[in-house]
Amino acid sequence: MMTELPIISLAIWVPILAGILVLFTGDDRRACLARWLALTGSIAGFLATLPLYTGFDFANGGFQFQERLSWIPAFNIHYHLGVDGISVPLILLTSFMTMIVVVAGWEVIEKRVAQYMASFLIMSGLMIGVFSALDTILYYVFWEAMLIPMFLVIGIWGGPNRVYATIKFFLYTLLGSLLMLVAFIYLYHQTDSFAVTDYYQLPLTLPVQILIFFAFFMAFAVKIPMWPVHTWLPDAHVEAPTGGSVVLAAIMLKLGAYSFLRFAMPIAPDASHYLAGFMITLSLISIVYIAFVALAQKDMKKLIAYSSISHMGFVTLGMFIFNPLGLEGAIVQMISHGFISAAMFLCVGVLYDRVHSREISAYGGVVNTMPTFAAFAVLFAMANAGLPGTSGFVGEFLVILGSMQVNFWYAFLAALTLIFGAAYTLWMVKRVFFGEVANAHVAELKDINKREFLILGVLAVLVLGFGLYPAPITEMTNATVTQLLSHMAHSKLPAGF
Amino acid sequence: MNEILPDLISALPEIFVLGMAMFILLLDLFLKPSNRVLIYVFSQLTLAGAAAITILTHTPAVSYAFTGMFVDDPMSDVLKVMIYIGTAIMFVYTRQYLTLRGMFRGEYYALVLFAMVGMMIMVSGQNFLTLYMGLELLSLCLYALVALDRDNPRATEAAMKYFVLGALASGMLLYGMSMMYGATGSLDIIEVGNSLTQGAPTYSMLILGLVFIVAGLAFKLGAVPFQMWVPDVYHGAPTAMTMLIGSVPKLAAFAMVIRLLVQGLYVLAVDWQGMLVIMAVLSIIIGNVTAIAQTNLKRMLAYSTISHIGFLLFGIMSASLNGFASSMFYVSAYVLMTLAGFGMILLLSRQGFEAENLNDLKGLNQRSPWNAFLMMIVMFSMAGVPPTLGFYAKFTVLQAALEAGFVGVVIFAVLMAAVGAFYYLRVVKLMYFDEPEGKSPIVAPNGMRVMLSVNALALLALGLMPQILMGISAYAIFNSI
Repeated sequence: MMTELPIISLAIWVPILAGILVLFTGDDRRACLARWLALTGSIAGFLATLPLYTGFDFANGGFQFQERLSWIPAFNIHYHLGVDGISVPLILLTSFMTMIVVVAGWEVIEKRVAQYMASFLIMSGLMIGVFSALDTILYYVFWEAMLIPMFLVIGIWGGPNRVYATIKFFLYTLLGSLLMLVAFIYLYHQTDSFAVTDYYQLPLTLPVQILIFFAFFMAFAVKIPMWPVHTWLPDAHVEAPTGGSVVLAAIMLKLGAYSFLRFAMPIAPDASHYLAGFMITLSLISIVYIAFVALAQKDMKKLIAYSSISHMGFVTLGMFIFNPLGLEGAIVQMISHGFISAAMFLCVGVLYDRVHSREISAYGGVVNTMPTFAAFAVLFAMANAGLPGTSGFVGEFLVILGSMQVNFWYAFLAALTLIFGAAYTLWMVKRVFFGEVANAHVAELKDINKREFLILGVLAVLVLGFGLYPAPITEMTNATVTQLLSHMAHSKLPAGF
Repeated sequence: MNEILPDLISALPEIFVLGMAMFILLLDLFLKPSNRVLIYVFSQLTLAGAAAITILTHTPAVSYAFTGMFVDDPMSDVLKVMIYIGTAIMFVYTRQYLTLRGMFRGEYYALVLFAMVGMMIMVSGQNFLTLYMGLELLSLCLYALVALDRDNPRATEAAMKYFVLGALASGMLLYGMSMMYGATGSLDIIEVGNSLTQGAPTYSMLILGLVFIVAGLAFKLGAVPFQMWVPDVYHGAPTAMTMLIGSVPKLAAFAMVIRLLVQGLYVLAVDWQGMLVIMAVLSIIIGNVTAIAQTNLKRMLAYSTISHIGFLLFGIMSASLNGFASSMFYVSAYVLMTLAGFGMILLLSRQGFEAENLNDLKGLNQRSPWNAFLMMIVMFSMAGVPPTLGFYAKFTVLQAALEAGFVGVVIFAVLMAAVGAFYYLRVVKLMYFDEPEGKSPIVAPNGMRVMLSVNALALLALGLMPQILMGISAYAIFNSI
C-alpha cells in the first residue's frame, strides 16, 4: 500500500495552491507570467493525479488511497478521501481538461488573465475533491465551493447575457444542493456519522428512501442536467467563455452522474429500483426530445449544449437499468462525452474568436479557408454522432446493449438518437463547413495556429484511441461496477418490511 | 469586606470598563483636540485590559455574586471576550470615518464603553432586574450614539424612531417580567425556574407574561413581526453607529434570551418554541424577500440581519444544549460577518461621500481586486456558501432544528436560503461583472485595511477550521446551562 504520500490530497491541493499563486501575479501587466504559471500549475496538477492510475489496484472494487483525518469532531466529520474505479477516470479527466482549458484560453483571454486562470485551477482542485470525498460534508463543501469560481468565470468573461445566465446557474444548483444537505443531516441523525460508507450499511424504509432519493435527485438531476430541470444549461453554455463551456460540459455535468452512483443509488437502492421507471422515462425524454430541440437550434453553442443533455440521458439510462453493460457504458459515455463535448466547444471557440458570432447562419464554406480545422471539426462531429471507431460509439453502444436486455423499447428509443444525433450534428457541420464561402468574414478566416492544433490534436487522438481501445476505462471500472451492482441487488429495507 | 471581595472579583471586568469609561470622559475634558488620539488608544487599552481580566479570572465553574443577581460562568466569559474583540475591531474601522465627520470625540468612546458595560451586565445578569438594567444601559447609549451627529436630520429621525420603539419594547419586557414576578414571587432567574418546575401556579398568567417577554426580546433582536425599526435605524444612523447596533449587541441579546427563556422559563419551552418557530420562519421570509428589492446597501444588510436572526432562532427553538451551542456559534459568526460587511462600507466611504448604495460597489474588482475579493468572501459567507464560516453557522442551526424534529420548517428555510443567496450574489455581480462608475482611489489607513483583511480572511479560515469557534461555543454552553 502507498499510504505514505497523501496522493489524493496532493491532487486536490496542488492546483488550488497553484491557482492562489497565479492570483497573486496581480493585474494584466504580468499576464504572461500568469499564463505560464497557470500552465505549470495545471501540468503539476495533472502529474499529481497520475499516481492514482499507476498505483491503482484493478482487482479491488472498494475505496483506495484512503486518507482520513478528524476535521470537525463535534459532528464526527472527517477529512476523508478515497477513490474507486468510477472516480479515478473522472479525476484524470478533470486534471487533463484543466491543462486543455489553460492552453485554450492562452491569448484569447486578454482581460484579468490571472483571475481567469486561477479560477480554473482552483475549480479543478475542488472538482477532484468532489470526486474523491467520502465524507458527505466534505463532499458538500467541495460541491458548493466549486460554484463560486464558475459563477465568476461565466459572469466576468461571458457573453452579453452573462449575468442572467450565471445567476440562474448558481441559484438552480444551490437550491437543489440545499435539499441534499438536509438529506445528509437526516442520515447523520440516523447513524451519528457523515461517512458515506456508513450510509451504505444503514437500513431505511421505502418511504424514507424515496424522500432521500428525491432530495438527491434535486441536487444531481439539476447538475447532469436531466429534463425538465435542464433549462439553466443552454443559457450557461451560450454565455460562458469557451473554457467555461468546456469545463461545464466535460466535467461539471459528470459530477451529477457520479454523485448518483456514489450517493443516491447505494444509499437508497430500493428507492432506486422503485423509481427506475421514472428515471428511465426522464432519461429517454432527455435523449429523444432534447435531440429534437437540438435540431431546431440556430446557435452552435446552444446546439452542442442540447446535444450534451441528450448524451447525458444515455448516462442516466445506463445507470438505472442496473446491469453491468449499462453501467460500464454509462461510465465510458461520461469520459467520452468529456472529450467530445469539450472538443466541440473548443471548435466553436476557434470560430468565435475569429468571427465573433456563434450563429450557424453566419458561416458557410469554412472548409475552403480552414481545411485543417474542418478536418478536426468533422471528426469530432462524427464522434458526437456516435460513429463506430470513435469513443462516442462505445458508450452509447454499451448502454443500448444493456437496455436491450431489460426492455426492447428502451433500446429502440435510445438507439433512435444515433439517427437524430447524426442529423443535428451533421446538418450543423454541413451548414457551417461545406458549401460556398458564405460571406467576407469567412473568406478572411485563417486556419488554426499551432496552439489550437495542439489541443484539438490531443483530443482527436484520445477520441479515436478510446474508440478503438476502451479497455483502460472498462478495466478500471470493472471491479467497482460489479461491487456496486451487487450492493444494489441487496435490499436495505429493515426487517419486517 | 471579606464577604464582598469575591463578588467584586466576579464583576471585575465590568468595574474596570466602567472606571475606564469615566476616566476617558474626564480625560476628554482636558485634552486638546489634536491629542484626541489618546482617547482612542485608551479605549483600545481598556478593551485589552478587560479581555485580560476576563481571561485570567476565567474558570470552567459557575459562580454567583451579589446574592445571585450576577453570574460568572463560561458562557458569560466567552461572550464578553467576543464583545471586546468585536468592539475593538469596530474601533479600528470607525476611526477614520468619525474623524472625517467631526465625531471623533470623547463622547463616542465613552458611550460605546458604557454600552459595552450594559452588554456585559446583560450577559451576566441572573435576575430580571439586573438584565433589565443592562439592557437599558445599552439601549440608552445606543439612542444617544445614533443621534451623535446632531445636525444630520436623517440620523436624528432614526434616533427618535429607535428610542420610541425601543422604549416600547423595554416596557413590554418589563411588563412580562412583572407578570412572572406575580406568578412566581421571585425576580431571581434560578428561583423562577425552580418554582416553575415545582408546579405552575397560574398557567394563563405565566403565558401572558411569556408573550410579553418574548415580544420584548424579539423587538431587541429585530425578529419579525417586531422588525420595523431595523431598516430605518440601520439606514438613518451614521454607518459607524449602524455597525455598532448591528454587531456586538446581538451577542448580549443572545445571552439575554438564554438567561430568560432557557435558564428561567425552560418549563414553558413548548410554549415559547411555538412562538419562536413562527418568528423564525417569518423573519427568514420577510428578511430574504424584502432584501431583494433594496438599492441601499445598509438597508439590504438590515433585512439580511432580520433573516440571520431567523436562523439564529432556529437553534434556540430546538430547545436542546446542542441547539443553544449552535445558536451561539451562529451569532458569533454573524458578528464577524457584519463587522466585515460594514467595515467595507466604511472603507469605501470618504469625506462627504457615503458609499451606501449598491451601485457604489460597481466594478470594485477593477478599482481594487483585493477588497473586492474580501467583500466576496463576506457575501458568500452571509449567503451560507461553503467553504466560508457562514455555511457552518447555517449547517449547525439547521442540524439542531432537524434533530428537534422541525423537518418541514428546515426544508422551507433552506429554500429561502437559496432565495437569499440572490441578493448577496447581486453584490458580487456588481463588484465583478459591472464597470466602475467612478475611478476615485480608495483612501484608508493601513490599520483599517489590515484589520479588514484579517476579518474577512478569518471568515474563510474559520470556515476551513470551523471546529475552533464551534468548540468554544459548545464549551461555553455545556458548562453553563
